[in-house]
Amino acid sequence: MNNPSEAIDQGRRGFMRSAAGVATITLAPGVLLHTLASAAPAGPTAGQPRAEPVTDQVRYGMLIDTTKCAEGCTACVSACNRENGLDLQTMPEGADPALWDRQEARWIRKVKVQDNLTGKVSNLPLMCQHCEHPPCVDVCPTGASFKRADGIVMVDRHLCIGCRYCMMACPYKARSFIHTNVEVKLTLAPRGKGCVESCNLCVHRRDNGQASTACADACAAAGHGAILFGDLRDPASPLSQALAKVPSRQLRENLALNTGVRYAGV
Amino acid sequence: MKRIVYREWHLAPQRYWGLLALLASVAGIGGLAFWYMEHQGHWVTGMTNEIVWGTPHLFAIFLIVAASGALNLASIGTVFGKTPYQPLGRFSGLLAVALLIGGLLVLVLDLGRPDRLIVAMTSYNFRSIFAWNVLLYSGFVAIVVAYLVTMMDRRLKAYYKTAGTLAFTWRLLLTTGTGSIFGFIVARQAFDTAVLAPMFIVMSFLYGLAVFILVLMFACAQDDRPIGAYLLNRLKGLMAIFIAGVLLFILIYFLTKLYGAKNYDLVNYYLVSGGRYTVAFWFGWVFLGLLAPFGIILHPVLGRDRRWLAGASALVILGGMASLYVIVIGGQAFPMSLFPDKTLLESGFHDGVGGQISAYAPSLPEFLLGLGGVAVAMLITAVGLRALQFLPESLADKEIDPHAAVKA
Repeated sequence: MNNPSEAIDQGRRGFMRSAAGVATITLAPGVLLHTLASAAPAGPTAGQPRAEPVTDQVRYGMLIDTTKCAEGCTACVSACNRENGLDLQTMPEGADPALWDRQEARWIRKVKVQDNLTGKVSNLPLMCQHCEHPPCVDVCPTGASFKRADGIVMVDRHLCIGCRYCMMACPYKARSFIHTNVEVKLTLAPRGKGCVESCNLCVHRRDNGQASTACADACAAAGHGAILFGDLRDPASPLSQALAKVPSRQLRENLALNTGVRYAGV
Repeated sequence: MKRIVYREWHLAPQRYWGLLALLASVAGIGGLAFWYMEHQGHWVTGMTNEIVWGTPHLFAIFLIVAASGALNLASIGTVFGKTPYQPLGRFSGLLAVALLIGGLLVLVLDLGRPDRLIVAMTSYNFRSIFAWNVLLYSGFVAIVVAYLVTMMDRRLKAYYKTAGTLAFTWRLLLTTGTGSIFGFIVARQAFDTAVLAPMFIVMSFLYGLAVFILVLMFACAQDDRPIGAYLLNRLKGLMAIFIAGVLLFILIYFLTKLYGAKNYDLVNYYLVSGGRYTVAFWFGWVFLGLLAPFGIILHPVLGRDRRWLAGASALVILGGMASLYVIVIGGQAFPMSLFPDKTLLESGFHDGVGGQISAYAPSLPEFLLGLGGVAVAMLITAVGLRALQFLPESLADKEIDPHAAVKA
């Protein structure tokens, strides 16, 4: 029981007031920034910046025809590096080049495989497969790794805490961690030390209403045309038409991830 | 059973402050290592885009797993009513909380963006076992603290059993969550099996017990408090059972993997051809960490010597680190099966061309950060022992009546 005659402890009240004030001043800027950062971007009509929200009426994807993919050609890799500012990464002073080679971020790489039974050799570009059921999205503790309504799997750079669980979980080893400071970066790819990233199907081009991806354009310009980008949901799109004609497969199809990127001839 | 008298640690000031200074120095060096890694970025570590979790994770996971295991001693007393363990309850709870905080600290300080801890605490994806673990870990600290209060405050005695049962259930869930971090990864052959969840529980029993025995022996020796042969004998028996349990789960793990032809190459890698991971498995984990301590504690002469018991506990801890090295690093180093029916001839992103194992050489800062976490755990324990009544004045046989359980 309180003793009504006992004087109110003014010192304690003062302390509580100051503590509440300090807590508010400490937390408020973070909460405000967080709210601003998570505000939804306005969004595209053909050739115009996006004005409408992304919808699931489209699902972006690719068909990669490995029979057209030329050995030794890395046009898609170079184009991706340029488009997404990956070529702006610099090796930190004093770093071991062999180690840095394993730490530098890459969104797309060329691989060459040989069938164990038939001996057939195939070349293909490998990148994020933009799964319908992406394991990287399932495992991300904060929801930073997410899938857009249009099927693009990407990382929210504001929410990524750099735990790398998505890199553990990705069945295609498609993700990279930014191991060092990035001094020069593109506005469309504000790369920051300590976050994870991967191919986002040139999402800025999607939001600007452009037709294709940097890798697909480069492959076509090199005269191979092995990468076909488009809308998987539109039966009339060149991608859907090609998929209807050519036998294709998903990589690691036993995982039943329903990938947005499909391969023919491998 | 006699009434157990708990007392704060009464060490000579020089010795106590010396110990704190030593632990604080190691923790401080860990802090500097964190600052260096955070400031430079992870390029100063041995971690890469292939080996994404490295040495800090070995320490963090070991501490977290050992934390839930260290609580076992309290659970055996409370939940299973084994009275000889009850005097250990308070110390068990203290050590569990301390180890968990040490482990969590390492885990958080290794994040790419440790400054975004607030994001991890406020933005949850409940499909992620990692998100669940954030809640399981913080809940564990809260529940064990409440459990400790019911042990130490006589007025709350009525809640003691309930709190103890809740803490025991929670620690089982926690270690299930830790094992599931790996169990749920379908992408990598070495993981991708539910058996990892119970396996981590049994590993936690063993590693937590080993840490408990060593810290208890040290804490009692420093303050000249006796530990009776009866109690040590029981702890020794427990250790033998847990070692057998881990061996059984290793067997089940490999049998599970061997059931499918697709994993023959993985089993061959671990048991025969995996280089340093094969050596770490056989020599570090199985021989040093399990068979050698098993032999020591069951040996008719050595098993009675408490120095050998301390040695066996230390071996279990070393073996525990080896086990996590094999599971966590070895599991990542094994080339991912991107094209199951094909051989990878070339790649612009390594990918284990021709079955090559991914390279990983830990750097000093990673190791120092991990050690810093251990030091923080021990620092919390040392401060707790000194400030509050966690440790009984005596654990001698006459204080802990061996027949109390029978009489009750």
